[in-house]
Amino acid sequence: MADNTQTSPSFQDMILRLHAYWSAHGCLILQPYDMRVGAGTFHTATTLRALGPESWNAAYVQPSRRPTDGRYGENPNRLQHYYQYQVIMKPSPAHFQELYLGSLFAIGIDPLLHDIRFVEDDWESPTLGAWGLGWEVWCDGMEVSQFTYFQQMGGFDCKPVAGELTYGLERLAMYIQGVDNVYDLRFNDAVEGKGGVSYGDVFLENERQMSKWNFEVADTDTLFEGFRRAEAECARAIDAKVPIAAYEQAIEASHLFNLLQARGVISVQERASYMARVRDCARGSCEAYMARYQDEWAAKFPGWSA
Amino acid sequence: MTADFLLELRSEEIPARMQAGARADLERLLRKELASAGITPGTITVWSTPRRLTLVARDLPLATAAVHEELKGPRTSAPAQALDGFLRKTGLTAEQLTDRDGVWFAVLEKPGRATADVLAEAIPAIIRAFPWPKSQRWGADSRASDSLRWVRPLSGIIALLGGEVVPCEIGGIVSGRETIGHRFHHSGAITIAGVEDYAPKLRAAHVIVDHAEREAIVRDGAARTAATAGLVLVEDEGLVIENAGLTEWPVPLLGRFDAEFLSVPPEVIQLTARVNQKYFICRDAAGALANAFICTANIEAHDGGAAIIDGNRKVLAARLSDARFFWEQDQKTPLAEQAKKLARITFHEKLGSLADKVARVADLAEALCAHIPGADPAQARLAAELCKADLVTEMVGEFPELQGLMGGYYARVEGLPAAVADAIRDHYKPVGQGDDVSVAPVTVAVALADKLDTLRSFFAIDEKPTGSKDPFALRRAALGVIRLITDNGLRFGLAQGDLLAFFADRLKVQQREAGVRHDLIDAVFAGGDEDDLVRLLARVHALQAFVGTDDGTNLLAGYKRAANILKKESWDSFPQDYAPEPAEAALADALAMAIGGVDAGIAAEDFTAAMAALAALRAPIDAFFEAVTVNDADANKRANRLALLDLFRAAVHKVADFSRIEG
Repeated sequence: MADNTQTSPSFQDMILRLHAYWSAHGCLILQPYDMRVGAGTFHTATTLRALGPESWNAAYVQPSRRPTDGRYGENPNRLQHYYQYQVIMKPSPAHFQELYLGSLFAIGIDPLLHDIRFVEDDWESPTLGAWGLGWEVWCDGMEVSQFTYFQQMGGFDCKPVAGELTYGLERLAMYIQGVDNVYDLRFNDAVEGKGGVSYGDVFLENERQMSKWNFEVADTDTLFEGFRRAEAECARAIDAKVPIAAYEQAIEASHLFNLLQARGVISVQERASYMARVRDCARGSCEAYMARYQDEWAAKFPGWSA
Repeated sequence: MTADFLLELRSEEIPARMQAGARADLERLLRKELASAGITPGTITVWSTPRRLTLVARDLPLATAAVHEELKGPRTSAPAQALDGFLRKTGLTAEQLTDRDGVWFAVLEKPGRATADVLAEAIPAIIRAFPWPKSQRWGADSRASDSLRWVRPLSGIIALLGGEVVPCEIGGIVSGRETIGHRFHHSGAITIAGVEDYAPKLRAAHVIVDHAEREAIVRDGAARTAATAGLVLVEDEGLVIENAGLTEWPVPLLGRFDAEFLSVPPEVIQLTARVNQKYFICRDAAGALANAFICTANIEAHDGGAAIIDGNRKVLAARLSDARFFWEQDQKTPLAEQAKKLARITFHEKLGSLADKVARVADLAEALCAHIPGADPAQARLAAELCKADLVTEMVGEFPELQGLMGGYYARVEGLPAAVADAIRDHYKPVGQGDDVSVAPVTVAVALADKLDTLRSFFAIDEKPTGSKDPFALRRAALGVIRLITDNGLRFGLAQGDLLAFFADRLKVQQREAGVRHDLIDAVFAGGDEDDLVRLLARVHALQAFVGTDDGTNLLAGYKRAANILKKESWDSFPQDYAPEPAEAALADALAMAIGGVDAGIAAEDFTAAMAALAALRAPIDAFFEAVTVNDADANKRANRLALLDLFRAAVHKVADFSRIEG
């Protein structure tokens, strides 16, 4: 088992080490996108920046919300709000796997003590019109990261291909710290007489309240209305040729849809149609983004075309 | 002079499931390239690991043979156009042709090519043509649409012929003699001299390149590890291949999970371990599932694997606790309650919800009990009403392949009768060719009703399989129905029209494997709309036995002769006041006897007896053809003889339409 003494990094220390590592390898260290999203991929630093020919290297933590995964703080492995660590490198570098393995070493995983494997797992997001090939990375049989070479985004071929890494931070931390319950994670370590704080100290109450709100309280009329407004606003922003603003509305619609799902008010039949509406928003935004920049890109990169 | 060729295509991790196909493709493509250059290789061996595809071709000639070819052209006296055409075809000038006895000949000398040159062109061609099920682009080159594609990023090429580098380049990757070893057990480049030191050097770098050897290590290692713990490995060749495809240095390790999880059905534990984690499971000496798993690591861990086992144990425990949660949660809702949720699931847009389907199946299952000895209609209805309820359980949501099985478990937990629980569990059977067919009456009723309803419903909305397209698996459903009916000897009218014809086709396919001739099935079907499969097969079996005998062969010949004559002629009926000749009278008497016998045999469903009655016609029909001319000048004679033949044909058709029988 991984070391659960104080020598293993705390949750925040793990993030700091990842930041230091990826910063040293040329990534911008960005902050989370300030909207409610389901995964780090939704950040414009991944979705929109994956489009077009320009180089782009970034790393960031993204709080991710999956309302239906809420368990009122009672399940040791499931959260409706958790953190993903996201790395995007475009074009994908030649030794991306080795870079990634270096990051695992940086947070304390010894690859001659732990069994690290790349197991086929292709990624697809119909909502984003995106897919890629790659693996889930196993550490002693546990999936600790998604590793993907984006092939398409928003329905467009990725030219060039971006490499994307997504680390499930809580799961990885539980592994490294050797704890069985997410709420037992050391968020930080005691220092200068100030006691260490656990993940539960920070988030347990949040999980309880948000699970209750997601599943029981959230006003569904407001959510439906919000969905319609976001969808309409997305279309207006596309017309106004402000694709980033349009994309934000797509994110909003996507999250409101997830909340409606958690409230159990979308029937099986309706589900597909709502997903199609979110997809249209997201794809439309990507198309508008491409349309806005593609001439500029083609001029900068002779021979490049969308 | 020959030399051995080594090719290694190194890449990031190739999906395990694609490696066997890739090995075959690599060999096929190389053979094709060599063949088109006129090179015949000795043995070819292909190996794969997650990170490399390797091919060794033995005994390649160093150069292709020079080719001396002579092409015959037009006569020297032929018109100019003929000569021009020949020159264009050969690419020569008139001065280069040879005149032999007034005919132009082109003598072509193609010099041999160095095999290394052939390979230098072949390698990039093979890489470009490689048919990966899914491939990708990568890196800076992928700014262009036509950048190289491979299953995952390609990172290196070794190409050595007789130890010399075959120089080639593709996508910025230049061939050479360097490779790398195990991802964690070795660092730095490994220089390969040739075919002989390749595998040994990689072995020293913790890579076993021969997949078959790794498979043996996984297979035998897992069995040995289990035995050491006093357990018996549950063999699983698919897992052997997958684990060998995920490792360059496989190390089987046995771990234990909390025995409390054994309260979960063993199928669930096995599926969780196998599908999600790629673990083998074990049984104890008594055959019960043991609380043990065997994972396959890719390293010789410096703690002997303790940390790996512990990590895997935790992952499995988390999965099993999810499974146990589903198992316990599902039991809180009776199947009858779950079944109500089926109204929310669409079966097919034109065929309503799954609840609608279940209602149809319940009616049909109940009705079918009249034809299934020992089947209780009330139990069949109950089982049918509940048979799809597990589709909305948490467990089947997580593991769709457990449909049916879980319903059976939950039914048992609820205290439903065993016959009902078994019917819920087994109603999807038989699924494949090798799957067993239930003989339990209630199960048979529900299984038949489910499949028949699917077939009748889709045929009713004209959704029939065409060619290779069978999106609703109707062929499989029909085969299931056939096996349920024939294995259980069930007697009822199965279908009419298109659907009956569809069953006939499926029956032919199915019976072919049992050695039954398809033309005999056709012959019996053509004899009338036989919709009772048991009777139909009894007829076919009797017919097959009969046509194999001398009597059968001769009768068939007589039948064909009669049918041919009748095809060409027309006649009214037996003439009045006609005095038949002896052969005619004998045939008429024999026909009267035979028709009685055939009718009696068919009525009693004793088709062997019916065939025997027909067999009695062999001698009289032979004698008839021997003694008389059918197309006699005398109109009465002709009419009587034709009418006799017509009667003979009709008698034969009572058994089967012999015109459909081949040979």
